[in-house]
Amino acid sequence: MFAIYRKEMRSYFINPIGYVYLGIFLVFSALLCCYTTLISASYSTTTYFFYLIMSFIILVPILTMRLFAEERKLRTEQMLLTAPVSITGMVLGKYFAALTMFVSGVLVSCVNLIPLYVIAAKETSSSSLVHIGPATGQIVGSLVAVIMIGAALIAIGTLISALTENQLSAAVITIGVIAAMILLNVLNQITDSSGQPLIGVYAVRFVIDWISVMSRYTMFANGLFDYSALLYYVSLAFVFLFLTVRVYEKRRWG
Amino acid sequence: MIKIEHLIKNYGTNCAVDDISFEVEEGEIVGFLGPNGAGKSTTMNILTGYLSSTSGKACIAGIDILKNPIGAKKMIGYLPEQPPLYLDMTVEEYLNFAYDLKCCKLDRRTHLDKICETVKIKEVYHKVIRTLSKGYRQRVGIAQALIGNPKVIIFDEPTVGLDPKQIIEIRNLIRGLGKAHTVILSTHILQEVQAVCDRIVIINKGKIVANEKTENISNIMTSNRRFNVKIAGPQKDVLAMLRALSGVSYAESLAERDGDAYTYMVETDFGVDIRKKLFYALAERGWPMIGMEALGMSLEDIFISVVDQSEESKTTRIVPQAKGRKRNQASAPEQEVGAALFADAQKKRAESALSDTDEEDED
Repeated sequence: MFAIYRKEMRSYFINPIGYVYLGIFLVFSALLCCYTTLISASYSTTTYFFYLIMSFIILVPILTMRLFAEERKLRTEQMLLTAPVSITGMVLGKYFAALTMFVSGVLVSCVNLIPLYVIAAKETSSSSLVHIGPATGQIVGSLVAVIMIGAALIAIGTLISALTENQLSAAVITIGVIAAMILLNVLNQITDSSGQPLIGVYAVRFVIDWISVMSRYTMFANGLFDYSALLYYVSLAFVFLFLTVRVYEKRRWG
Repeated sequence: MIKIEHLIKNYGTNCAVDDISFEVEEGEIVGFLGPNGAGKSTTMNILTGYLSSTSGKACIAGIDILKNPIGAKKMIGYLPEQPPLYLDMTVEEYLNFAYDLKCCKLDRRTHLDKICETVKIKEVYHKVIRTLSKGYRQRVGIAQALIGNPKVIIFDEPTVGLDPKQIIEIRNLIRGLGKAHTVILSTHILQEVQAVCDRIVIINKGKIVANEKTENISNIMTSNRRFNVKIAGPQKDVLAMLRALSGVSYAESLAERDGDAYTYMVETDFGVDIRKKLFYALAERGWPMIGMEALGMSLEDIFISVVDQSEESKTTRIVPQAKGRKRNQASAPEQEVGAALFADAQKKRAESALSDTDEEDED
């Protein structure tokens, strides 16, 4: 498992893909931070994290598309599957490599928030009674949630990559699925001219809310640490990784 | 070392491997021979744990590949049909990855050094695999299979796409491996198994149609059953005489001509030596024999006949294949006698090559 993890990490940096991912992610998050906080003269990071999650629609497939699809196409998976490594070990090795890339991107992007604290430090010195500056608790909560959402989405991407032989189709399908999971709850927020919600049936609204990754994120955005949501993201990751293992088991019996 | 029992693999309704059983002893090099799509690769993939069998058992050194896949896989080095190379890695990175992947306990430096020396890839050790030629890629694939000194090495068509010099090198390499490892080798190149293997297993349409020691097969091949005879005399009469000669199953006149002498191809029944008889018969009629050349039977002939026969009937017989020629029907029963060599492979393996020849003579 560690051999596969190391190999995946190395291949992110032998290929341009690791640099492309980190480059896009860091530039995008920096610009986003500028626009949502500095330019709009706000300490609130809610919008920043909200749009950051939106960017995963494009960014997560970059990490996951080649995980299995490429191995299958080049027939190198035969080496992994005939080596003394379990299928679970192989899947986890690859998954954690993608997750490591993702988490390091998110952690590095935290430097975006430093200017907020610098400015806050200046302002606080003049008036000491009121808290001025970004809400650190909310930021930490959001970061944890962002990482957990990423972990769930990467598991979805992993499964899709295991199902396809072509990196491009893996990427396109992953974009579609992740977009659906992130944007679905927008449907619930649409209202018609009279202010009534577009989807009137409660059951449908409930299901959409349940599937949507974003609806669970609102708690974090409001500064509440929601354990049930974390459990949901972890279970999502677990289920999709389990399915990936099953895909490989099934292919063996095919 | 390797034991396969009643192995069956179905792909949907398509049966790729149909009840195969065989064993490979320690230190043996076994050639797995068969036409494309015969089930060679499928069998190897099951042996290496890449695929699962529908039913049946495959054991490596007594470990069932289904029950303890990781334990069994530790004993195997596998080179699939297409070498599983990461093109963006250097040979060094790749072999180190294989070393880690196989959880190899041997000393990394000396072990990798030794392997590189064996397969002669030292000069490309720091190159990116993408830039390597086909021959080198194949060798890197073999190097990968050797890492960890596995007891069993499985090669799926190791010499495909190599030039003749490389083919010879790889064959020598495999023969060298046979001393310390058990090797299974699949190929459809017949000289290859003849040159390298101790035993030949011919498989067709998912079934084993022959399982015989190479030397036994070589005996059949060298037993004089076909001759080119150059005889000076009237072509038609000579041909008629040859066909009438008892023990001759088939005769034809070839296009070759040397003065008034024509060349004839004569095929005899199994186990019959007609050389003396032929000489006296010709002397009687006053037709001088200018030359005689034993053609033997090529492995191709055996292979094609075994495969064809298995498609026609369940019993396997060796019949020299005279492609596109009419065959003398009367000789069919005698041919079956020789066929016993293959049909009764189990029994034969116990007997020495010498007793095989004796038996033929008695027939």
